[in-house]
Amino acid sequence: MTKDEIKATVLRLLGDVAPEADLTRLKPDVGFRDQLDIDSMDFLNFVIALHETLHVDIPESDYAQVATLTRCVDHLAALLAGKSLTAS
Amino acid sequence: MADFVMPILGADMEAGTLVAWRKQPGEHVARGDIVAEVETEKGLIEVEIFTSGVIERLLVEPGTKVPVGTVLAIVREEGVAPEAAAASTPVAAPPQAAAEAGRLRVSPAARKLAAERGVDLADVRPTGPRGAITLEDVQRAALRPTPAVDRFARMRQTIAAAMARSKREIPHYYLSTAIDMYRVTTWLAAANQQRAVADRLLPAVLLIKAVALALRAVPELNAVWAEGRVVRRDAIHVGVAISLRQGGLVSPALHNTDRQSLDELMRNLRDLVARARAGTLRSSELSDPTITVTNIGDQGVDSIFGIIYPPQVAIVGFGKIVERPWSVDGQIVSRPALTATLSGDHRVSDGHRGGRFLTAVDRLLQEPERL
Repeated sequence: MTKDEIKATVLRLLGDVAPEADLTRLKPDVGFRDQLDIDSMDFLNFVIALHETLHVDIPESDYAQVATLTRCVDHLAALLAGKSLTAS
Repeated sequence: MADFVMPILGADMEAGTLVAWRKQPGEHVARGDIVAEVETEKGLIEVEIFTSGVIERLLVEPGTKVPVGTVLAIVREEGVAPEAAAASTPVAAPPQAAAEAGRLRVSPAARKLAAERGVDLADVRPTGPRGAITLEDVQRAALRPTPAVDRFARMRQTIAAAMARSKREIPHYYLSTAIDMYRVTTWLAAANQQRAVADRLLPAVLLIKAVALALRAVPELNAVWAEGRVVRRDAIHVGVAISLRQGGLVSPALHNTDRQSLDELMRNLRDLVARARAGTLRSSELSDPTITVTNIGDQGVDSIFGIIYPPQVAIVGFGKIVERPWSVDGQIVSRPALTATLSGDHRVSDGHRGGRFLTAVDRLLQEPERL
């Protein structure tokens, strides 16, 4: 997946978690929880959705790595690149 | 015969709109079955029945707004002979209700969509045959911004009425204590590391379970205030404050909270949050809590002193978990801690019992593996 594709997936899954949010105004380097009206249950649902959609494991200790759009896309790109290397 | 009535789903509720019947005359119902859907300021509520038997007659037509306590249907209890031609009795709205809401001709799909979108059918311009409101009519009405605003405004009015009544009638007392969360956070981190992502637990689940078990130790707080006296409850149904997307909140119950494992509580809490936000709670979930837990730490708040939701008798607040200086074995160390608060109804309990309750919550949280 390209980073643009990952970003589109992240935004789609965020939209599922916070359907009322205007994601076009999302600031890429500000935490999701500071911009969107989401709580810890919503954030866990977002992590679950990332896991089920992209088949990546995000332990609790890495939650900070998926807390902003920029970091989330970069972290997922690294995880997916690692998976494809392992698979090959 | 037994009456199936418009339930009161909170001290502030005066009326509800019957949206749909889930059972028809002649159908068997068992305790806990969902018999009807009712629209209130809290959303679309699935109304359960607490009698087993056979639906004898339906007395109110969908789309009719009726006061709480209005008989919606007659249920023939087990072992009672049916009334003559009962199952074929035509459905008729009571004169009072019909006069109040009129006889709208609405397709079932349109009626359901209207309830889901918060559209008042009285505001919909009908285009169907003989003045019927169609699904498309409701879809058009739902696109107008006014109904959603009205619904939000109605919910704020409802909350305002309940909270004003609470402050007016309930003599609150307030307690707080700081709780060391080191054991909880350590145990939780280890437990979640072993779990699949979909099975991870949130700290809120341990807090809710601790409150439920503390109610066993201090049963005075497991009660409601009704008709001028305290009524103790045996079963423990802890209400959980859930904020809604467009504003407002509801506090439905996690039934038999003390008997559920942490995994069950987590699954049921996730389901409850989803249904609260989708507007599909059940009537018993709104009417059964005796105490509410509000966990506002997610919003970065240190502590909250909540207002009791009548007829409940207490509300427990949890702030955010933060590192604080803590004395351990004579040494000042940094520990994750939170502030727990209790707002209690002084007609039902006093600070002494409230203090014992918060102490029990603290004690239980020091042994998270036993929750």
